[in-house]
Amino acid sequence: MTWSQMQPLLSQACWDTLYMVGWSTLIAVVGGLPLGVLLVLTDRGGLLQNVVANKVIGQIVNVARSMPFIILMVALMNFTRSITGTTIGREAAIVPLAIGAIPFFARLVETAVREVDGGLVEAVQSMGGNTWTVVRKVLVPESLPSLISSTTTTIVALIGYSAMAGTVGAGGLGDIAIRYGYQRFETDLMWITVAILAVVISVIQFAGDFAARSLHRRGGRSGPAPKLRLLKAGVSSPAADVSKVA
Amino acid sequence: MPPPTPRAGTPTPALDSDGNPVITTSGLTKVYRSRGREVTALDGVDLHVREGEVYGVIGQSGAGKSSLIRCVNLLERPTSGTVTVAGQDLTALAGRGPRAGRELRQARSRIGMVFQHFNLLSTRTVQDNVELPLEILGTSGKERSRKALELLDLVGLADKAKSYPAQLSGGQKQRVGIARALAGDPKVLLSDEATSALDPETTRSILQLLRDLNRQLGLTVLLITHEMDVVKSICDSAALMEQGRIVESGTVSELLATPDSELAAALFPVDGEAEGEDSTVVDVTFQGEAATQPVISQLARTYNIDISILGAAIDTVGGLQVGRMRIELPGQYEDNVVPIGFLREQGLQIDVVGQERPALVQEGAK
Repeated sequence: MTWSQMQPLLSQACWDTLYMVGWSTLIAVVGGLPLGVLLVLTDRGGLLQNVVANKVIGQIVNVARSMPFIILMVALMNFTRSITGTTIGREAAIVPLAIGAIPFFARLVETAVREVDGGLVEAVQSMGGNTWTVVRKVLVPESLPSLISSTTTTIVALIGYSAMAGTVGAGGLGDIAIRYGYQRFETDLMWITVAILAVVISVIQFAGDFAARSLHRRGGRSGPAPKLRLLKAGVSSPAADVSKVA
Repeated sequence: MPPPTPRAGTPTPALDSDGNPVITTSGLTKVYRSRGREVTALDGVDLHVREGEVYGVIGQSGAGKSSLIRCVNLLERPTSGTVTVAGQDLTALAGRGPRAGRELRQARSRIGMVFQHFNLLSTRTVQDNVELPLEILGTSGKERSRKALELLDLVGLADKAKSYPAQLSGGQKQRVGIARALAGDPKVLLSDEATSALDPETTRSILQLLRDLNRQLGLTVLLITHEMDVVKSICDSAALMEQGRIVESGTVSELLATPDSELAAALFPVDGEAEGEDSTVVDVTFQGEAATQPVISQLARTYNIDISILGAAIDTVGGLQVGRMRIELPGQYEDNVVPIGFLREQGLQIDVVGQERPALVQEGAK
């Protein structure tokens, strides 16, 4: 296969992957953020303490998280068809991807929000703030660097899931790797796909780390000016990348 | 409001002199239940803080101070008892369930609170931190920043408005905390160990600031602390807490005038061991006018006795000039009834050390 043959295939596949991952990340964040916050609020000693609700949500999240994605995808086929009208193609893949990612992200949100100092919550309560104020002014802004890291992790995980979605006709880079690389022994194309995935993941991880870091630094010690920080973040990030991707 | 029931050894809270009580708790009890175990953090606390005073509650950790101050704005729900702040019964506003209703939240916004660990939002600038309570009150943007800058100026941090908390020192952070607590124009400021995370010098400057605010704005301050120095330097009144109860309370001068007061002894310690077996050791406390009289030499001359001074100190406690002296008189207590009576006549506070106090003496002190 020549490059001119591969090129349109690859660019279409890249676009499909980003399309699926982009939409499912968006839905996962919109759905997972409130769920994660709710998990913290309803927990024992939380502002909306409700042991039953907490157990129920926690259980749903656990089951959905521990489900292998490929099974979840097959199990959700009817549901997917009822929403998108089909089970094939990138739109159809977004449904199971998003549903798989919501509990994943929710747990990460829960961990991030739990890290917020309870004293800050108390301070806002002492000012007369209600629960919504606490969420909006304290829990989310104070955990934002962690939330951004969590989003990065979710995107990377979704890129992995999207490759599996490729096996059931969703298109994307995973689909290319399987159809050409595995089934037709087009080793070159497969390696290029792998390289593209590696680059995409690295870029996303780097961007996410950088965003989280610069937000974190804003409240950090009087550090160097923003431009210098870029350099510093660049130097120290590969190690972080490796550990997070792994 | 029912009159507080004085416990044995507790001086009746002074409500007479100047001003109405702004914070009153009566029969405040807080019991924590966890896994079948019950811990009583507050055990029937009656507290009366008058308008415009700085009131210190002191006690060791675990004495219940923290629970007490959190019950005052109902961050902790008391198990029983009532809390009244500025004429409003907060316990009645609380309703059931752990969530604070609108009325309680409004009441809270009129009570400022500063914390040991400052509790500033790290992602907001100093100015935005001070604006936070105003955002909650729904103040408009322009008014918010005007007020925030004014308050930062008041606490001496006008130049740090755009900094982030992490760029400030501990003392500066606490100043921001204080500015934030004042944003809602509170009449009452609660201070939860506000200086406990600070070094001695910064502690002094923060206490000075609280004192100034108390004077300038007529702010009533209720503070809890485990440091006697805090009480000594700024409090008008104080209470000692032990195991969830208030053991002693009153204005500083009342406490100093109370025989055997633990607080007074801690606020104003004098040491010195008696030299001879056959002697009486007496603590003499001077306040105000009496401090200027040469009583000891008068005593020696009048009764022709030899007096040894074992220890003495003069200090300012709660803005009050106080002196205390431990002296040794020859002979048993019975031999010294007359000289001691003489000292009492001079308007001095006399405590006989290391002796079961005869009923008569206690009567005389009151």
